[in-house]
Amino acid sequence: MSSLWSELERVLGEVQKPARYIGCEDGMTVPDHHPDAVAWLLLYPDTYEVGLPNQGLQILYEILNERPDAVAERSYAPWTDMAEVLRREGLPLFSVDTHMPAGEFDILAFNLAAELVYTNVLECLDLAGLPIRAADRGPEHPLVLIGGHCSYNPEPVADFVDAAVLGDGEEVVGEITEVVAAWKAAGSGSRPELLQALSGVSGVYVPSLYRADFDGGLLTGVVPIDDAPPVVEKRTVADLADWPYPKNQLVPLTEVIHDRLNVEVFRGCTRGCRFCQAGMITRPVRERPAEQVRTMIAEGIRRTGYDEVSLTSLSTADFSGIQEVVAATVADDACGQVSVSLPSLRVDAFTVGIAAEVQRARRTGLTFAPEAGSWRMRQVINKLISEEDLYSAVEAAYSQGWRRVKLYFLTGLPTETDEDTLAILEMARKCIEVGRRHQRSPSVTVSVGGFVPKPFTPFQWFGQNTEDELRRKVGLLREELKRQPKAYRGVQLKWHDARASVVEGMMSRGDRRLGRVIEDVWRAGGVFQEWGEHFDIRLWEAAMDAHGMSFEDLVYRHRTAEEALPWDHLSAGLHKDFLWQDWRDALDEVGLEDCRWIPCYDCGACTGFGIEHVVASAVPPAGGSQGTGQDRSTGGEVPVALTSRPVAEQGSEMVVA
Amino acid sequence: MRLRVRYVKKGKVRFTSHRDVARIWERALRRVGLAMAYSRGFSPRPKLSFGLALSTGHESEAEFLELELADEEGGPADWSTERGSDLAERLTGALPTGLDVVAVVPTEKGDSLQQAVTSCTWSIEVDGVGMEEMNAWVADLLSREEIVVERERKGKPVVEDLRPHVLALDVTGTTETGVRLLADLGTQPRALRPTELLAALYPPLKAGTVCRMNQWMSQGDEREEPLTAPIVPAPSATVPA
Repeated sequence: MSSLWSELERVLGEVQKPARYIGCEDGMTVPDHHPDAVAWLLLYPDTYEVGLPNQGLQILYEILNERPDAVAERSYAPWTDMAEVLRREGLPLFSVDTHMPAGEFDILAFNLAAELVYTNVLECLDLAGLPIRAADRGPEHPLVLIGGHCSYNPEPVADFVDAAVLGDGEEVVGEITEVVAAWKAAGSGSRPELLQALSGVSGVYVPSLYRADFDGGLLTGVVPIDDAPPVVEKRTVADLADWPYPKNQLVPLTEVIHDRLNVEVFRGCTRGCRFCQAGMITRPVRERPAEQVRTMIAEGIRRTGYDEVSLTSLSTADFSGIQEVVAATVADDACGQVSVSLPSLRVDAFTVGIAAEVQRARRTGLTFAPEAGSWRMRQVINKLISEEDLYSAVEAAYSQGWRRVKLYFLTGLPTETDEDTLAILEMARKCIEVGRRHQRSPSVTVSVGGFVPKPFTPFQWFGQNTEDELRRKVGLLREELKRQPKAYRGVQLKWHDARASVVEGMMSRGDRRLGRVIEDVWRAGGVFQEWGEHFDIRLWEAAMDAHGMSFEDLVYRHRTAEEALPWDHLSAGLHKDFLWQDWRDALDEVGLEDCRWIPCYDCGACTGFGIEHVVASAVPPAGGSQGTGQDRSTGGEVPVALTSRPVAEQGSEMVVA
Repeated sequence: MRLRVRYVKKGKVRFTSHRDVARIWERALRRVGLAMAYSRGFSPRPKLSFGLALSTGHESEAEFLELELADEEGGPADWSTERGSDLAERLTGALPTGLDVVAVVPTEKGDSLQQAVTSCTWSIEVDGVGMEEMNAWVADLLSREEIVVERERKGKPVVEDLRPHVLALDVTGTTETGVRLLADLGTQPRALRPTELLAALYPPLKAGTVCRMNQWMSQGDEREEPLTAPIVPAPSATVPA
């Protein structure tokens, strides 16, 4: 391999934000490429600013570079101006670490966190000089892998990737490295042989070894052609304490999103919100020991020079060690003037209390996600936040000096009526009322997104609202605001593009036939579709028409209990009958409590893999209803018996090494 | 207590913006543990003042920055040469490759660097051009009484004469792929950019590698640098305009 830097530096003056392409981050590894090391290129198919902070990618980058038999570099989707320059100059996609040509790596591994980036994957493959379809690639081409949440339904991109990896990557990347190293050493050069070997690694799905069967327009199943496993299970690391990564978080030279130290405090969530794919597929809850979190914060702050740390998880206020960690960080002299940010705040006053403790400066806005306006609707989605929770949280926020509250909602939820939709504004209006007790002109920003059903959730059978219906619902809200401007003074409404939700929905639950659609859209220039300025629904409509497919069939239709789902041959551990029961409960407006502190429902995520929740506290933290709709203000009222660490028994079904 | 810092910006890191460099400095200062003075108010920031912005993609031998320290770091009397060079070394270690601190000295609070600096010397490489033709073009430019350009400022067209800003311009030699110019360009009331100078030549040219060699403050008829680098020689254009 040889670096392309001297060619690149001549053209970097022509493109916007050239710092996106230079690497040089603190924490970067300069790899020693040698013939015995499997060379991984970890790609995030969005801009550098969006991709650089991705913790999953950084974790694997470090784990691979620590191995003697592997090296890893990184790459991000070049912006359209750069892609144009690369094609004009005949230059390929490159790594940002040492500017090596992407096509010379052994593995190109894409992190797929959102469906709308699929066309960017094709763009990256093409810029790297690879045939975009896996079937057209030969032994001289790198292996193309995907990981991340989108791997749970990889069927829309099945034609383009060699393998999809399900679940936590910490362990499986090592096993893949060993398979590829052995294949290289054997020197047969046979790609089918390599794919066969990979399909033997737990968590690795090789689409070309499976056939998607259809009866008329309906998928009847995705089945192994020969002896590939009939079901591919996700990977789960049992204990985060064993994986204190990233140890050297990358500090970029140019501004990126989430530009701060990030420390993952736990993985998984059992709140059981029925719309939330992340909460379903990342079970069980695995907390990092509070002491390890404190060490990672203190060392990270000293090393990076950041003045802000974010404690990341799907619901950080639920972390058993939250108060201990926050108090220690704020008190630590060595950390200086460090502010702590808590994304994914639970909605209650207790949580705001913690936020007040850590965010001494910059008290501008606080965000909550009630997700639905009416209690009935929140029971359907199992986000059991009481009105009292919300108003006491909002009261706490305004009285503690915050001036702006942002509320996230979904619309287009199962069984949603216009009354439910309009309840969103009622909630916002009451928040303003609460705010007026403390501030002269409080403001509430209401952000409304169109609900997109995702695989491995109880709502996977639900027919997504049509584009027109989503638009009508946003219209209802806009009209109501216009009708009574005085009543809603201080309320601002923001909404997502309903057309983008439709395309996202199509990919999220689509099947293999979508490969042709994705390819058409890419060939027509449809890249960066997750960016409003580039998204073009007409490209998608034209491609769907050309291949005789309809949004009605793929997106809007309710699916039946009997029909095959495109991801039935994959498993996130969750039993399908658990999800179906939860779907029926949703329609009956029956909530389901968090299983972290009460006996098991046997959803399958723990029992199937012989692992358990890793939670330091046997009782829920105090405050509000804890999203259960019941009074838990004192905390710790749920009788539970939990082991605090996972028990690994010989001969159990435990998948992890 | 105020410190003036001189640093260079070279290599890959030259593609970072002025704003990026400011953020990089804030992190580096926290990493070396220098106690900074902070601004008051809603969102306190360390007190740093940067000199003239350097265009993204240009290198520099002469960038300057002033830091306001907290009282606990002591006064100028506590600031020895050794302490300055030790800090320079630690800062270089905390900054990315290509940003290197060459000197640190205590200073008095005076005019801001942006106001004090009146001209810069630039090394400008131009590819695909020979010595002879470049000499002719440069002579043509210098012979003009005025160089009138129209440019947009805050969305409105403004007519400007660039000639007074071209203080010296010299073709100093060849590179592997073209020639090298050395130019002294005025910075008041606004800094003339090397790319604007090349665009004003007939025919308009595009710059290759551009490096700011010096920044100058006027002292009567003399000029001096805000802080002389101990190791870096200070070349200058020789042909007066």
